[in-house]
Amino acid sequence: MKTYIVQRLLIALLTLLGMSMVIFVLLRLAPGDIVDILFATAGYISPSEKQAIMKELGIDRPYVIQYLDWLHQIVTGDLGKSYRYDLPAWEVIRPLVPVTLELAALSMVFAVLLGLPAGVVSAVRQDTTLDYLLRVFSLAGLAMPSFWLGMVIILGLVTWLAWIPPLTYVSPTKDLKLHAIQFLLPALAVGYRSSALIMRITRSSLLEVMREDYIRTAWAKGQTGRIVIWRHALKNALLPVVTVIGIEFAFLIGGLVVTETVFNLPGVARFLVQAILWRDYPVVQNLVMFTAIVVILSNLIVDMLYGVLDPRVRYGG
Amino acid sequence: MAVRPAAIAVPAGARPHSGVWTILARFVRKKPLGAAGGVLMALMVLTAIFADVLQTHDPIATNAAYTLGSPNLEHWLGTDHLGRDIYSRIVHGARVSLVVGVASTLLGSVLGGIIGLLSGYIGGKTDLITQRILDILQGLPLLVLALVMSAALGPSVQNVVIAISIPIIPRAARVIRSSVLSIREMQYVEAARSLGVQHLRVAFRHILPNTIGPFIVLCTAQLGSAILVEATLSYLGLGVPEPYPSWGRMLSVSAAEYAQKAPHLVLFPGIAISLAVFGSNLLGDALRDTLDPRLRGS
Repeated sequence: MKTYIVQRLLIALLTLLGMSMVIFVLLRLAPGDIVDILFATAGYISPSEKQAIMKELGIDRPYVIQYLDWLHQIVTGDLGKSYRYDLPAWEVIRPLVPVTLELAALSMVFAVLLGLPAGVVSAVRQDTTLDYLLRVFSLAGLAMPSFWLGMVIILGLVTWLAWIPPLTYVSPTKDLKLHAIQFLLPALAVGYRSSALIMRITRSSLLEVMREDYIRTAWAKGQTGRIVIWRHALKNALLPVVTVIGIEFAFLIGGLVVTETVFNLPGVARFLVQAILWRDYPVVQNLVMFTAIVVILSNLIVDMLYGVLDPRVRYGG
Repeated sequence: MAVRPAAIAVPAGARPHSGVWTILARFVRKKPLGAAGGVLMALMVLTAIFADVLQTHDPIATNAAYTLGSPNLEHWLGTDHLGRDIYSRIVHGARVSLVVGVASTLLGSVLGGIIGLLSGYIGGKTDLITQRILDILQGLPLLVLALVMSAALGPSVQNVVIAISIPIIPRAARVIRSSVLSIREMQYVEAARSLGVQHLRVAFRHILPNTIGPFIVLCTAQLGSAILVEATLSYLGLGVPEPYPSWGRMLSVSAAEYAQKAPHLVLFPGIAISLAVFGSNLLGDALRDTLDPRLRGS
């Protein structure tokens, strides 16, 4: 087990190093840099002035040096300076992290609460009208862009309830109720999509397990349906479900990018889009790297959970 | 356009003497949801092809006298903030959506497929290294990668296609590789090798054709998310540039601003996106069950 974890951590580190290279190269492909954008509105800028700014920002140095410099910063926990805000990147990002984490966690809670029971019901009532309805419902969740769903929710509230969502972020200490509403709606919009995935995988995984001999034995012993399904079948059907939940949690950030924009929440994901548009390299680099770390960590946690959920899984063997 | 061959490609496991119609009828009977998806996709393809005939107005002509108009007989789905006809824009948007979706799916799947084929066939260290590199690409959320890519490449239809296709590559490579791994061990491959057939020829002539089932499944499954990513990128202003009418961009900032005054601005493009993705997902699911039962539920 120990060697397995060490091995996995080493691979994770190598993958992260690779990701950092990919991210760095991709961003350098971009036409135009921050100086061009900053001065696009000012009109003319003298070449010497531009040179001075580039030097100050450190983007006149060779790419290799810039890359190594960045790596050094990541390792030492210093995330550099945001070109756009003239502040340390970490200071810009830090207040945004709780917003995104709260939204991601709420979305995931919604997704599991909706998806898991729906998947179980759909599998138990296979090929009934209820099953078809639930499947169409979940497919619809996969088809609707979450940002559009968010817009429709807002539209519905405005039209029928004459309720206008707060245009700016409300902190929980200021007005807890408004804060809750502000987060629940986008969480629902994002969570619906993930719940669809969770439902589909729960359904197919449970259907497979229900065909096994030991389930027939359980039925034959006269166990009630509830115990057979929740205690015997679901326990073994959960493995792929946990994988999907793990992957989804990491990938939520994609859904959050647009949802935070629609709902005007000052989170990391919305900020990422703005930073990309501004070519604010340090911020984008670090945010994407942050996403990569979250993805890799959640993969690692999922792998570790396997052993807890399924004693048959042996590490390193 | 890859959609129509996919719908006809169902006969993979069917008897040679049964006609296309018999097979289609059987598909409709056995997979009603998949057939519904097929109909939706066929409608979308037809709309894209005949957009010029179906339009009632010029999709990019503005009309300052009639902005934010509600749906009526003249403008079936109303007009936007510049007085452009929404129905005609949605009809033309089908073209953009389909072209970008199909092109990026094909580009990503073909590139990924070749990588998967070679990686799986050669095996050993090459395979190991390729897999680690794919891990890196797959580690980033599809949308984040596409976002960074499209920002890096700059806005144009071509660049959006490339940006969306890159995240598809690792997914495609995985699927094809795993099917190559099992085909590689088959006796006819061994027979071909012992007859002295060159490696590349074995890979491309003997193994590749047998991965067509998973490949079709993969493409239909990815098409939906490609359409979705295009819409999202365009919504964020990083996708298909003006003047092409894109469903995603129709929902962009201006739509949000006028949503209260003209809800049809928000409703119709979103419904179009949802139906397109819904259709390709339904069709993809049914094709997966029919062509590749091993992938069921994955």
